[in-house]
Order: sequence, then C-alpha cells, then structure tokens
Amino acid sequence: MNIIVENANILMIMACCFGLFMAWGVGANDVANAMGTSVGSKAITIKQAIIIAMVFEFAGAYLAGGEVTATIRKGIIDPGMLGDQPELLVYGMMSALLAAGTWLLIASLLGWPVSTTHSIVGAIVGFAVVGISASAVNWGKVGTIVASWVVSPVLAGTLSYWLFKSVQKLILNTEDPFEKAKRYIPFYIFLVGFMISMVTMTKGLKHTGLKVGYGEALGLSLIGGLATMMLGYYLVQRASRNAVINESDRFANVEKIFAVLMIFTACSMAFAHGSNDVANAIGPLAAVVSIISNDGAILQKSAVPGWLLLLGGGGIVLGLATYGFKVIATIGRKITHLTPSRGFAAELGAATTVVIASGTGLPISTTHTLVGAVLGVGLARGISALNMRMIRTIFASWIITLPAGAGLAIIFFFMFKGMFS
Amino acid sequence: MNRSFFGELFGRSPVEPIQKHIGICHDCATQLQPFLKAVYANNWEEASKIQTDIVKLENEADDLQMSIRLHLPKSLFMPVPRTDLLDLLGTQDKIANRAKDIAGIMLGRQMAIPKPLQKPVSDYLKRSLAASEQARKVINELDELIETGFGGREIKLIDKLITKLNSLELETDEIEIKVRGELFLIEKDLDPVDVMFLYKVIEWIGDLADLAEKVGQRLQLLLAR
Repeated sequence: MNIIVENANILMIMACCFGLFMAWGVGANDVANAMGTSVGSKAITIKQAIIIAMVFEFAGAYLAGGEVTATIRKGIIDPGMLGDQPELLVYGMMSALLAAGTWLLIASLLGWPVSTTHSIVGAIVGFAVVGISASAVNWGKVGTIVASWVVSPVLAGTLSYWLFKSVQKLILNTEDPFEKAKRYIPFYIFLVGFMISMVTMTKGLKHTGLKVGYGEALGLSLIGGLATMMLGYYLVQRASRNAVINESDRFANVEKIFAVLMIFTACSMAFAHGSNDVANAIGPLAAVVSIISNDGAILQKSAVPGWLLLLGGGGIVLGLATYGFKVIATIGRKITHLTPSRGFAAELGAATTVVIASGTGLPISTTHTLVGAVLGVGLARGISALNMRMIRTIFASWIITLPAGAGLAIIFFFMFKGMFS
Repeated sequence: MNRSFFGELFGRSPVEPIQKHIGICHDCATQLQPFLKAVYANNWEEASKIQTDIVKLENEADDLQMSIRLHLPKSLFMPVPRTDLLDLLGTQDKIANRAKDIAGIMLGRQMAIPKPLQKPVSDYLKRSLAASEQARKVINELDELIETGFGGREIKLIDKLITKLNSLELETDEIEIKVRGELFLIEKDLDPVDVMFLYKVIEWIGDLADLAEKVGQRLQLLLAR
C-alpha cells in the first residue's frame, strides 16, 4: 500500500508513457491495415484516409472503446485475488504494456504479422500466472477471448462473402450494372450508418453520462442510418454525373459508385478499429490509474475515465500522423487489385464483426478479422489472387505472439518489482 | 517496418499479364502479313528484317510466359484453377511459336509463293489472323469476368465471342482446303521439295486459327468449373 502512495507520481507518469507508447504503436501499424484496403482500391487518397482515420479512430475510441477497455482492465485478472497487494497489479499492467509495445516494435521491424490484441492479452496472462498465481487469471474469460479470435475472422469472412454475393446478384451481374449500382448502393450506406449509430447509442455513451434505452437507440440509429444514406445518395448522384461510357471498360463507372460506398465503409472500419484497439493501450493503463487514484484500493466498480479514452485516441492519431501514413502508402500500393466493389464488402464485413465484438467487450484482432473478410470475398470468386502462404504465417505468428508477450511481461514484471521494493 | 504483412496477403494478379501475353502473341502473328508482302516482292532483305521482329516478339512472349508461371505459386488462391490458367497461357504462347516457324522456314528456304497462289494465301492468312484477334478479344474479357465474380451474364457474353471464334476457325479450314486444291493443280510444274514445304506452310497458317480456337476452349474450360 505504501509503495503505491510513495511512488504515486512516478508510477503514474511511467504508466501513462507506456500506455501512450502502446497507443502510438497501434496507430503506427494497425490503423494502416484497417485503412490500406480503402487506399489500395483508390476509393480515397492517402490524405483523405488519414483524415478519416483521425476523426473516426478517435470517435470509435472515445464513444465505443469503454467495454473492451473494461475487459482488458479487470476481465482477464480477477482483482479480488490481489486485495492486499495492489502494487503487483500496477507492476504487472505496466510490464504488460511495455512488453506488448516492445514485442510489437520487434515484430514490425522484422515484418511479422503480429496482433496488438494478442500481444497484450498474452502479456497480461503471462505476468498474472508467473507473478501472482495461475488462479488469479479468469480462465473462463480468457477462453472466451481466445475463442473470439477464431470466431471473428470466420464471422467477418461469412459476412463479406454474402455481402459480395448480394452485390453480384443485385448490381454486377445485371443488364445495367451502373443504374443498379446507383439504386442499391445507398442501402448499403444505410447499413453502415445504422450499425455505427447503434453501437454508439447502446454501448458508447455510458461514460459521457447520457443514457438511452434500447427502443430509443433503435429509433435514433434508424435516423442516423437514414441521414447517412441521404448524404450517400447525394454523393452517388454527384459521382455518376461525370461517368463516361466506354464499352471495353464497362465496370469502371460502376466502381466509381462503389468508391462512394467505400468512403463510408472506410469510416466504419476506422471507427470499429478505434473502438476495439484503443483498449489494448488504455485497458492496462486504466487499471493502474484506478489503483493509484484510489490510494491502492482495487475497486471492482468504477467506469473508465473519459480522459483515458481521449489519451488513447490521441495516441493512436499521433502514431498515425508520425508513422502510420507511410505504412498505409505501402499497403495501398500492394493491393491495387482490390477494387471498391470488393474492398467495401471486406471492410463492411470486418467492421461489423469488430463493432459487435467491441460492444460485447471482446478484444479481437482487427487485422485478423479483416484478413478473414478478405478471404470471404476471395471465396466468392471476387479476387484474382490471394497469397495463402500469408494465412499460414499469420497463424504461426499467433502461436509465437502469446508466449513472447507473456515472456517479456514476466521479465519486465520482476524488473519493476525489484525497482520499487 | 514498412513491410506490411497485410499488403502481402494480396498476390500478383495474373489476369493483366495474361492479357498482355496474348496481345504480344497476336502482334507477333500479325507481322506475317508484311512478311508475306516482302516475300511476294522478292525483297528478302526486308523479309529478314521482319522475321527478326517476329523472333523478337516471340521471345518477349516467352519471357512474359515464364515470369507469369514463376509468379503463380501453388500457394496462390485464385477463383480459377491454376493448372487451367497455365494451360491457357501455354496455348496462347504457341500462336507466337507457330508464327515464328512460318517466318523461319520461309526465310530459310527463300520460298517463293507461286503467282496464282499469292492472293489465296494472303486471304487465308488474313482469316487466320482474324481468329487470333478474336481470341485476344475473348481473353480481354477475363478481367470483366473476375469483376463480375463469374456472373452468368458475362459468361453468356464470352460464350458469344467464343462461338464467333469457332466459326472463324471453321472458315479458315474451308479456305485451307481451297488453297491446297489450287496448289494441287499446279504442283506438277513446281519443284517437289518446294511443294512439300508449301503444303507445310499452308498447314501452319491454319494452325494459327486452330490455336486461337484452342485458347477459346481453354477459357471455356475455366468457366465450366
């Protein structure tokens, strides 16, 4: 107890630094994957992608990031076990942040496909098992989280498969795909607006103090969806005006309309990503902040302070602005064969899955979910070539990331323990 | 750190290179027209120049084919079977090979085409080239096919193009019989060895259309799955 009170300031500063480091890492690497599909399909420019990412990552983190943050903060470890030794939790969460951040840095330097989420969960479980005891870990919850890592890519793949199939049936495979695109794409835009509004209303507004009932949320989301649709309709009309008729490239015009849709799905992707991945940086930090500000008491019930989500959102934007844009450009150059009609299906499938997970408080990997969604479109015969070796590599990196995150967290844990006691 | 694994997920699409490949093969075969003109004019210097161009284009097609093959590893997941795509590519390449054979043997033996045969052979070649042009058109639908996700409408359109290709090939068969008949009428007045090779060249010009038709059939196979 004394240790925490004595070192409150230094612990607080260190934890905030590590949290910011982690948020920076999320912004520098992960956001690029989320936005790369939009840039690659040339629906938006890199500049636009960065602006969209900044606004919607931040909105997602602030409005819908609370649930997952709560899971990372107090869902994985049972804080009741540590009533008399809160300093262990503080060291542990700090080491988890530092470990995950370090591992991400190493992995990205080597070009390995690691996930921020997997690193942080591995790190937290690692320090808890070794530093505290295996029974301190809420294994049931960890089991659910790991299961969601398998389910989320599959779900995203299924969604994007059917989204693309519906586009084939309604638009691409018709007499006049251009007219059909103009007619149906506003409905897809409605879906995007509705989904984001719904999650924000039901799950996001808690810490801002607004309470909305389920019925109200549904109504407001419908309005939100319709408003988005109107905007989309206007943009579609504008885009279709400068269409050129060219027989050898019949689908170029159709893709132009899909590009409008993709602006919206890019927003939803950034929103979804912010809502889920901000927790990777802010969850552990929230645990530390809560203990320190309560002078060492571990409180079971307390909402995540809004300023922490702001800090996380800010860190992500910082990472994006200082480094992420380069990675977006790299990815964008590589996936030029993902046209807007496919890119949108992948993004909407992934974003929906991630937002659902965020609403239920499950930390999942946005990138892996997006990979699953892309495969879904591929299975619908929509992409001319997918590199399946990458799937194997991603799977292998899973198996390495968990023990690597855990191992590093254990080392840092004993380091902090030695430093402060 | 710029090596992003998400970007690596997308393999290089073979569609565009395959379309470029048939373009080169067709261009290579079209060179036979000026080549024949030079032969008729007995201008062997010009003919040899054009033959060099044909060989150059054929090599270009070979190189492109090799590079496409190398970039289609087994780990690539595509909407069409990899083996069918490679077969298609191989058939396309044979058009260029055949064009090279024709130019090569005619230049090597300094084969003069007898006057009465010149016009029929020119027409015959033109028909064969029309078939290879049609094959190029069919292959150019490949990207639209993937764009629509193998939609029924696009398949119908390709079927129509392939039907046209088949009828073009049939026409060249008929012309081939006629040209051979005309050669038969005059063959006794010609050197027997020359006549042998003339028959050979006539057959090879027909091969161009045959191969073009086969390209269409390969594409149909691709759709059938």
